[in-house]
Amino acid sequence: MLRYLLSKLLTFVPTFIGVTLISFAFIRALPGDPIIVMAGERGVTPERYKELVEQFGYDRPILVQFWDYLTGVLQGDLGTSFVTKKPVWNEFFALFPATLELSICAIIIAIALGIPAGVIAATHRGKFFDRALMSTALIGYSMPIFWWALLLIIVFSGNLHWTPVSGRIDLLYYFKDVTGFMLIDSLLSGQKGAFASAVSHLVLPSIVLATIPLAVIARQTRSAMLEVLSEDYIRTARAKGLSPLRVNGLHALRNAMIPVITVIGLSVGTLLAGAILTETIFSWPGIGKWMVDSIFRRDYPVVQGGLLLVAVAVMVVNLVVDLLYGLINPKIRKR
Amino acid sequence: MALLSIRNLSVEFATAAGPFRAVDGVDLTVDQGDVLAIVGESGSGKSVSMLAMMGLLPWTATITADEMSFDGRDIRRLSARERRKVIGRDMAMIFQEPMSSLNPCFTVGFQIKEALRQHLNLDRAQRHARAIELMDLVGIPAPEKRLSAFPHQLSGGMSQRVMIAMALACKPRLLIADEPTTALDVTIQAQILDLLSDLQKETGMALILITHDMGVVAETAQRVQVQYAGQKVEEQPVEGLFATPHHPYTAALLAALPERATTRRLPTIPGVVPGQYDRPAGCLFAPRCAKATEICHSTRAPVQGAELGLARCHHPVTQPEEATQ
Ligand SMILES: Nc1ncnc2c1ncn2[C@@H]1O[C@H](COP(=O)(O)OP(=O)(O)OP(=O)(O)O)[C@@H](O)[C@H]1O
Ligand SMILES: [Mg+2]
Repeated sequence: MLRYLLSKLLTFVPTFIGVTLISFAFIRALPGDPIIVMAGERGVTPERYKELVEQFGYDRPILVQFWDYLTGVLQGDLGTSFVTKKPVWNEFFALFPATLELSICAIIIAIALGIPAGVIAATHRGKFFDRALMSTALIGYSMPIFWWALLLIIVFSGNLHWTPVSGRIDLLYYFKDVTGFMLIDSLLSGQKGAFASAVSHLVLPSIVLATIPLAVIARQTRSAMLEVLSEDYIRTARAKGLSPLRVNGLHALRNAMIPVITVIGLSVGTLLAGAILTETIFSWPGIGKWMVDSIFRRDYPVVQGGLLLVAVAVMVVNLVVDLLYGLINPKIRKR
Repeated sequence: MALLSIRNLSVEFATAAGPFRAVDGVDLTVDQGDVLAIVGESGSGKSVSMLAMMGLLPWTATITADEMSFDGRDIRRLSARERRKVIGRDMAMIFQEPMSSLNPCFTVGFQIKEALRQHLNLDRAQRHARAIELMDLVGIPAPEKRLSAFPHQLSGGMSQRVMIAMALACKPRLLIADEPTTALDVTIQAQILDLLSDLQKETGMALILITHDMGVVAETAQRVQVQYAGQKVEEQPVEGLFATPHHPYTAALLAALPERATTRRLPTIPGVVPGQYDRPAGCLFAPRCAKATEICHSTRAPVQGAELGLARCHHPVTQPEEATQ
């Protein structure tokens, strides 16, 4: 198991370098000049422009710039935001918990509903439940996120006034960050109503963000279950006189989880990407919104560093998925 | 009273191309302690008829029977829940592919103990002891260690032993072995058959052995039932069947053996078992039968009396010499 882990970690090295390169090249490939954008409408004199270019080192060959950046990254220095003048690293960690909280809630919703939906669809193959669930999944999968988000906002915030439209918590409440997770911090603060407020802010964005992974997980669970249910060992389990609940929920699902776990891991990657749109719609102060803003400002260090850190987060998630995979599938564990 | 008694069992599958009758009016009787072999070419409905009795067919199957009783109880009338109390306990089954018949995600010990937990009131320690006892019984060395093994760590022969241990967990009164050795090496085949035979004698349970192998039939069974295209075509005690097969199909099966019962495989007879689309109007074997006459092609065959092995034939074979021609 340890060797398995180490070999996985080794594969991180080329991925890491690749991501660094891509994030570096990506922002530079966009038209627009950070110095012009920074100067804004007032503009900048040619002399001052030259000075700034030298100050930021943009006059040097691109490869030298990349080398500088890479060595900086390896020493843990992601640079400083052009706009706020704060280290990218600090900004990222101030905002990341908000994105993480949203993503975790979304993936919990997606798993908690997606897996049972897939199991029920598979065990009712071709019948009413199967068709109803799978058409719903297809709709969820193909619905434009912003449209779906607006629909929910109109119904639940606009008409019913059940949930707030934006932010993480009502301005009424103020307490110190302990964990960065609003649900936990609001509980720790002991203020009455703070937790309920945090939950009501989180509900709609989580549902919106969960929609696509939920559909993907439900469909994958269904197809994995259908495959597993025709296996010989399922017939053996039934020949023992086990109840359908035990046959489907233990013998079949345990095997079906192997491909489903992979899909969940992949979903987490797309979830972080999907968070950008969701955070923008709900003004959720997370890294998604931060990066979108930085792209518009051509804030090179933030975009580079943000992309890199998100990529690392995805890689860590994939590693965790690989480990889970080993726990569920004994053929891998024992190797 | 017979332990298992089936009369006129039919199974029809709903397929994309319309209904398909995989089992057509099969009778079967097994007494306590009997060893019955069911033989026949691939596709003759051997597995399907037994799976129907175990309630293990998919929902596309429609099962009809005039009688289906086990130990005096009408299986057709049992609710799904009541039936689950019988199968795996009084009536157990092992399958052709031992390697894929064990769940890859659970240890051998878990899977054996699960059968015990389902049907018997034993505590943890007793289940553990019984699981070791069972593995010992089926000849698995170092049972204590093997309990924590996963199926992919076992050979085919070992897997089949585990399957047998699992099937015997609750001391069933009937064991159905569906081609238990087809997927195994020849040397292992003999071991597993000896094991099954010994266990049957020790426990006095009834055994239904589905096989392609006439050698196995001769060694293991007391009675043989021959199936063809979903129908039972003949039934006889082993000696009688080998000496005087009454149905031309049985005769052809035996005659095609280069030296009787010395080869292991069921030989091929020219032609194939009729499928869903080419079912003859008359006797189902007529297109492949050397003795077929006009009537065989036009009219379904009658079932002859017990003295003629219940042969489903217009022109049953009566003389031993005739069969060997
Ligand atoms: N689930 C199913 N749906 C449709 N047809 C089926 C199904 N299961 C079996 N059959 C058909 O029923 C017929 C009898 O199958 P069965 O498995 O009982 O044959 P068998 O005598 O056991 O043969 P073998 O020696 O190959 O195991 C075959 O033609 C098979 O294609
Ligand atoms: Mg079969």
